[in-house]
Amino acid sequence: MAILVNKNTRLIVQGLTGHEGLFHAAQMQEYGTIIVAGVSPGKGGTWEMQGKIPIFDSVRMAVEATGANSSIIFVPARAAPDAIYEAAEAGVKLVVCITEGIPVLEMLRVSAFLKTKNTLLVGPNSPGIISPGIAKVGIIPAQIITRGSIGIISRSGTLTYEMLNALNSALLGVSTCVGIGGDPIIGSTYIDLLPLFEDDADTEMVIMIGEIGGSDEERAAEYISNKMTKPVVAFIAGRSSPPGKRMGHAGAIIEGGTGTAASKIQALENAGVKVARHPEEVVELILRGTTTEN
Amino acid sequence: MKLHEYQAKHIFSRFDIPVPKGKIANTAAEARQIASELGGNVIIKAQVLVGGRGLAGGIRLAKNPNEAGTLAATILGMEIKGLPVHRVLVDEAASIKEELYLGITIDRIEQCPIFMASSTGGVNIEEVAQTAPQKIVKVLINPLLGLRDYQARELAAGIDLPRDQWKIFTQIATSLWNIFTSNDATLVEINPLVLTKDKTLLALDGKITIDDNALPLHPDLAEMRDLDAEVPEEIEARKYGLTYIKMDGSIGCMVNGAGLAMATMDIIKLHYGEPANFLDIGGGANADRVSAAMRIILQDPSVKSILINIFGGITRCDEVARGILSAINDIKPSLPIIIRLAGTNANEGMKLLADKNLTTADTLVEAAKKAVMAAHGDQDGDPG
Repeated sequence: MAILVNKNTRLIVQGLTGHEGLFHAAQMQEYGTIIVAGVSPGKGGTWEMQGKIPIFDSVRMAVEATGANSSIIFVPARAAPDAIYEAAEAGVKLVVCITEGIPVLEMLRVSAFLKTKNTLLVGPNSPGIISPGIAKVGIIPAQIITRGSIGIISRSGTLTYEMLNALNSALLGVSTCVGIGGDPIIGSTYIDLLPLFEDDADTEMVIMIGEIGGSDEERAAEYISNKMTKPVVAFIAGRSSPPGKRMGHAGAIIEGGTGTAASKIQALENAGVKVARHPEEVVELILRGTTTEN
Repeated sequence: MKLHEYQAKHIFSRFDIPVPKGKIANTAAEARQIASELGGNVIIKAQVLVGGRGLAGGIRLAKNPNEAGTLAATILGMEIKGLPVHRVLVDEAASIKEELYLGITIDRIEQCPIFMASSTGGVNIEEVAQTAPQKIVKVLINPLLGLRDYQARELAAGIDLPRDQWKIFTQIATSLWNIFTSNDATLVEINPLVLTKDKTLLALDGKITIDDNALPLHPDLAEMRDLDAEVPEEIEARKYGLTYIKMDGSIGCMVNGAGLAMATMDIIKLHYGEPANFLDIGGGANADRVSAAMRIILQDPSVKSILINIFGGITRCDEVARGILSAINDIKPSLPIIIRLAGTNANEGMKLLADKNLTTADTLVEAAKKAVMAAHGDQDGDPG
């Protein structure tokens, strides 16, 4: 039944009264996501979205009143770490942080703090999560995606949309698509999510969309090689990116020889993962894989 | 953002890390004057934001003020790895007994700051990590606790520092940690940290890199940015909130989203073209941003064709198409432009562009092929 986001998701929108919060809350609700509350400090007691969604001053109050189990964060970078701490303290199980531009030292503290909590953070700098036909917690455009059996984990936004569109054109559907974010320090990496897809009855295979920087893809390769029974196809962006330059995403940088596309592709191929040379080729690899195996 | 050595040392001394006496000079005369103030025996160091200054002849010892002036004149006329030297640091020469390394960076896998020390200082630490990893002592720091004294002692013991130096070493390490956190650094490094012949520790050279995401919180640091060391197009792009990175090829790229922009460059290369740049115009690609992006791409004389690749999510492609038309109308570029729009309202967007004599493409592969053909001189960009 998909991973992380499903029909039992009861969502709080932190920063719902802001411009982006309101827009995306409406989009998520229209898609079928159950939004139970908004949190905007100082605006508790008011109502939004045609007077149907209550606003609370704190996440704790919102959770106590509504039984929410998930939250999405649309607050500015300066306030976002606080919003994550607050959600984790209030016992929210899944926190999705869309905010871009959080300083990395703040994220190191967040990450250390979350080790003591039972909260899974996705992001920051993430487009969110969508389980097609069920619910979405994020900003991924829903019209380019249909329900199916492919799980997706991606560090990128529009590159993921590109992939979703290519899959859709080939009539391939998705169980859950998770955007893990383009920052150097993120709440969930491939190795946190691959086991969830491995155990998910709705998922038959996984697409990993990676990019230069760090060594999360290499660690994923190790996990895939040792533990994963479902097939994995990958695309790594940045084969032509120069070292020492931050390629748009804070985390996309080759430093001291680590984080190259070549190293990631090599590690994944050694783990038996098929690696596409461009996004559209992912679809070709999947279709070829399906026909030969049948 | 990287700081210069003299800027890093200024911060070191504010946090009570001992550094050699020294001053920055913009001219040979200034260098001579500083050298005479410091007693004549000085080291002249080019201030450029690249490694390997010493090998390039950008770091020289002088025995008297006149020699300091002559050497400064030479160094100030140099280019090191393409960067002109505008300033030199004139430091009192130190009597070196041992060269050590001490630095803090971020371990992305462990998601922790990592403190590193080595008895092999004065060389590139990444090389030491490759050739003699046993010579680097590492301690992971819990960011909620910070550096504890026992961890500093572990580092000191790990590099066989004499016990009589442990106290001052711990003070230096603690100061370095405070610099790291209070300036939102992603790297602080003393290399070399020298043990002098009169048994004191001295930070002879330093590097600090500040987290770009944290610059709005540190206007004093943001002001230290050296625009001379940057590509003009990259500075211009930043003004408009665009990310532009100059490359060596002939195909200008304009893409929304960092991952898609990298993938677009890759696919150009896959079809035997060379991207002229990375350019992410971000979300909500309106007319102003598209115009700014196009102007910046056209500043590069090696650009022979432009590939615009937009995937509309929240951004609507018809709006982007209007932005492109207004930019073209405004700038009237004479180069072939290949446009690929996909996602939200892509058909409406393509219709707007259809009558305008622009080359369009449905897929990324097709767009890349056409852009490569156009850059190689096939004006209509038809891959046949």
